[in-house]
Formats: sequence, structure tokens, C-alpha cells
Amino acid sequence: MAVSVENIGKRTKKEKRSMLWRDIKRSKACYGMIAPFMVFFIIFTIVPVLMSLPIGFTDFDMVRPPKYVGLSNFTTLFLSDKIFIRSIRVTLVFALLTGPVSYVLCFLLAWMINEMHPKLKTLFTLIFYAPSMANVYTVWQLIFSGDMNGYMNSFLINLGIINSPVQWLTDGRYVLGVTIVVQMWISLGAGFLALRAGFQNIDRSMYEAGAIEGIRNRWQELIYIVIPSMGPQLMFAAVMQIVSSFTAGTVAQNLVGFPSTDYKAHTIMTHAFDYGWQRFEMGYASAICLILFVAMFVCNKLIGKALGKYID
Amino acid sequence: MAVTDVAKLRASNRQAGRKFGGSIGIFILLAMLGLFMVLPIYLTIVMSVKPVEELFVFPPKLYAVRPTLDNFRDMFRVLHQNRVPFSRYMFNSIFVTLAVTVLQCVFSSMAAFVLAKCKFPGSKLLNGIIVIALLYQSSVIYIMQYIVMAKLNMIDTYMALIFPAVASPMGLFLMRQSISQVPDSMIEAAKVDGAGLFRICWQIVIPNQKPALMTLIIFAFQGAWNIQAGSVVFREEYKTLPTVVSQAATSGLARAGVAMAAAVFMLVPPIVIFMLAQRQVIETMAHSGIKE
Repeated sequence: MAVSVENIGKRTKKEKRSMLWRDIKRSKACYGMIAPFMVFFIIFTIVPVLMSLPIGFTDFDMVRPPKYVGLSNFTTLFLSDKIFIRSIRVTLVFALLTGPVSYVLCFLLAWMINEMHPKLKTLFTLIFYAPSMANVYTVWQLIFSGDMNGYMNSFLINLGIINSPVQWLTDGRYVLGVTIVVQMWISLGAGFLALRAGFQNIDRSMYEAGAIEGIRNRWQELIYIVIPSMGPQLMFAAVMQIVSSFTAGTVAQNLVGFPSTDYKAHTIMTHAFDYGWQRFEMGYASAICLILFVAMFVCNKLIGKALGKYID
Repeated sequence: MAVTDVAKLRASNRQAGRKFGGSIGIFILLAMLGLFMVLPIYLTIVMSVKPVEELFVFPPKLYAVRPTLDNFRDMFRVLHQNRVPFSRYMFNSIFVTLAVTVLQCVFSSMAAFVLAKCKFPGSKLLNGIIVIALLYQSSVIYIMQYIVMAKLNMIDTYMALIFPAVASPMGLFLMRQSISQVPDSMIEAAKVDGAGLFRICWQIVIPNQKPALMTLIIFAFQGAWNIQAGSVVFREEYKTLPTVVSQAATSGLARAGVAMAAAVFMLVPPIVIFMLAQRQVIETMAHSGIKE
């Protein structure tokens, strides 16, 4: 906007307010174009989010109206809920194992697919994205089934590695491992596809210019051309990755049952589900979700800082 | 596709210092990882065509000896037992999916363009809120959404299925990230030529965003196709396919084969859309080059 820099310090409050008003009026077209999205966004996301925020500080069983209890939900969580502390550990192990690995995998696979012939690109993209479209917990249950009919067990017995069937889904030693495998399997989701699109969006002239300036092989091309021009997509994939690894829980619930043996695959989200939808202590469940949100927010800020030089 | 296009696509693969051996190596690596990725889906398809007596033989086979469509037939038989004809569920799902996909793509693209490329009072705040909305997960949010919808008299209508899915922060975020790469000079040039924001958005920016837009279509379609009636629609007439199919697979006939048939049946439309959209994404590269 056409405000000269040297005058800006001298404006009074009133002038500033009228300038703001002028900017708002000048941006009418902008507001008009975001309005359709914002109307739905405010009604179905912002309002419910704002309504849910205070619930964490209340005692709410969905029958009686919420009763304000201050910070007692939070003190209970950290001081006396041993399973919550355990769920933090499970979530951290889970997020630290699946998050970075799957993020790097998303990028590398998207890049490798990009190096293929166009016909193969579609096929490979489908193969790696298909698990995110399919709802196949049943088949994973059959693969890791605890009797000899399970694919895993029969495969290992045939090879002579094990003699008797392993209880993959109920043995405390394997529960978390199996969950991580399946989580990794479905984790090439939104971030992966966005990166694929990002690769397609890189201008061909960039590669040509790179070739002229002495880029000799695909590794150099990856580091000097591809990564610097993919900042926004890398950020998108990072956010999606944070959400999916911190809120993981459905995989475990569908696969190894709820609650899992010895709470071995009990994540923070599972804990919230437990209190919210099994015991109907919504206030407590909301407090858990609030803590999780703060953790994700901090993590997002840190990754944003790390990726900072590639953004804008 | 014209012959010249194919030639261009070929040329696009001949970039700096490509070694043939390297491409083969990458192909083999992708193929091996791909095998791990498709195996469970392959098994789902195999089990959906296995007759009952083959489901529990030892050792379990990786193929069906005598493939049959019994599981699919049984699933459809259960679906036809409902009071409401099957075609009604079909219509509901198609209607809801199309409405959500179209509205989401149009609204998100427009909002994303403004948030990525225009500075106006509040733009910074809105950009921040979108990311925060993505990160915020709460188990009470559905209750609050229900309360809002009940206040607006939307329970038991198509609106309850469609409206909450229209404004997806993920779709907006995806488009905004991609549009932020469009050079400002292109937009300034269009402004000098006298084009309004609306025209710049739809005639210049969005047509150049094919990869992101097609990806958004895939996400939107997939999400909308899986919308379950859940706790916002109780009348049978407004229920969608996933709701009744999962009912048929779990309560109607508790048999692994039928659950697999249901999974395969529900997977077909998203895969078709995926293939159509991805082809558009791949083609972009051959045609791009009009950016700066």
C-alpha cells in the first residue's frame, strides 16, 4: 500500500485507525474472495474449536452441564495418572520412529518416482498412495493373526525360523512393533502426494539452466535445484507428518485391540479416546487433547525454524 | 496425446547427467518397496474372491484356487435387505461426494490465492489460524460441531454431511503453499493489464496450478467418499454408502471375505479418480515453461 516510510512514525492513533479502515475498504475484493471459505470455516471449525477450548478446565460427562474445576484435570494427569505418563512415552517413541523416517521416505520416494518414465510415474504413485485410500485393517489382522493361518506365522514356520505361532497382536513384546509397521505402511499419505505435485511443478527451464551451469548428476540436481524450489511443499508435508505421527492411535485401536496388552501401544490419543468415549469424562479427555495440541504446536514451530531458509 | 507431446515427455526425462544404470537401480528399489506396499491390498482383493472353504486352510495361499464372486453377491444381498433401496444410498454418496469436491476445490483455491498473494488487514492472522486449525485435534470437537449443526437445524439433512467438509484447512493449506510459488511479477503484470483479482485468480493463477489442484481433487474426493452418516444423520434416507457397507460387513455378515469385498468395492471410485487426476499432474511438466 502506498504509505511513504518516512511519515509512518508521525501518525497519530486516529490517523492510523483511518488508514486501517482505508486499507480494509481497499481490500474489499480480497475479503469477498475468502468469504465463501471463511463462512464455512468459521461455522464448522472455528466456533466448535472455541467452544471446546474451555472444556479442558471442566468436569463434563455430556449429561450434566460442564462444571469449572480449574487446573485439576492437568494436575491429575501429570501427578497421578500413571497410564498418561506411559502414553506420553509411547507417543514419543512412536512419533520419533515413524515421523522423521516416514517424512524422509515420502520425499525420497516422491523424488525417485519423479526420475521414472511418465507412464511409470502414475503407476508407482498409485502403488505408494493406495494404502492411504484403502481400509484394510482386516487384512493386517489376518496377516499377523496369532494362529498358524496367519500369513506371517505360516511364512516364518515354513522357513523354519519359528516353531510355534507367535501372538503378534497380543504379545506385549510385539504389539508396538506391529503397530509401527502398519503405521509406516499407511503413512505415505497427503504429504507424499503434495511432494509429488511439487516435483511436477518445478519449471523445466530450471533444470536446463542447471545443466548449463555445470550440474553433473541427479544428486547435485536434487540438492541445488529441487530442494530449494520445494520449500512450501516440504513445509506442508512436515505439518501433515506431525499431525499423523502425534495423533496416531486408530491403527493401534483397530489392530492390537483396545486397550492394548500392558498399554504397550497406548498413545496419548488413545488415552483421550479412552476417557472421552469409554468413560465419558469429556473434561479430562479435552485436557489431554490440549496438552497434545501444545506439543504439536511447539514441534511445528521448531520444524518451521529448521526449514526456514527454504520458505519465502 | 499428440506425437509431439510424447516426444516432449521423453525429452523431459533426458536431464542433466542421467545414467541409464542409475535409472534401472532406482526402478528396482521402487519395485521392491512397491511390492511391500501392494501386498496387503493384493491380499484384500484375493480374499474378496476366495470361497469360504479356502479362507482357513493351512498354509494360507497367496491366490484363490477357485475364485468366486460369492462374497460380493452376499454383500449386495445384505445391502438390498434394507428398507431403503440400494440406489438411494448410491445417489446420496455420489451427490455428497460431488458437492463436497466441487465446493471445496472452488472455495479453497480462491481463498488460497488471496491468502498467498494479497496483503490486507488480517491476512497474517488468517494464515496462522489455518495451520493451527490443522494441528488442533480434540475428541470433543465433534460434540461441538453437533451442537452447532443442531442449532442451525441441519441434523438429518444433506447439509449435515456436506457443509462441515467444505472448508478443509488441509486443502487450503495445500493450495496456498503451491500458489505462493507463483512469481509476483506475473500477478503485477496482469494487474497492469487491468485484470481484477477474481480474473487473475481463475484465468491466470489457477490454470497454472494443475498439479496442486489435481492433488486437492484427490484428497477432497477421497475424504468426501468416505463421509459416514455417524451421529449427524439418523434417517435411513440420508445415509451414505460407507455407513451401510460397513454395517453390512460387520453386523450383517461377520465374515472376513465379505469385509474384504466391501473394502474392494469402496476402493474402486477413489482409485479411478486418482488415476484420472494423476495423469493430469504428470502431463503438466511437458506443458509448463510459461512461468516467469
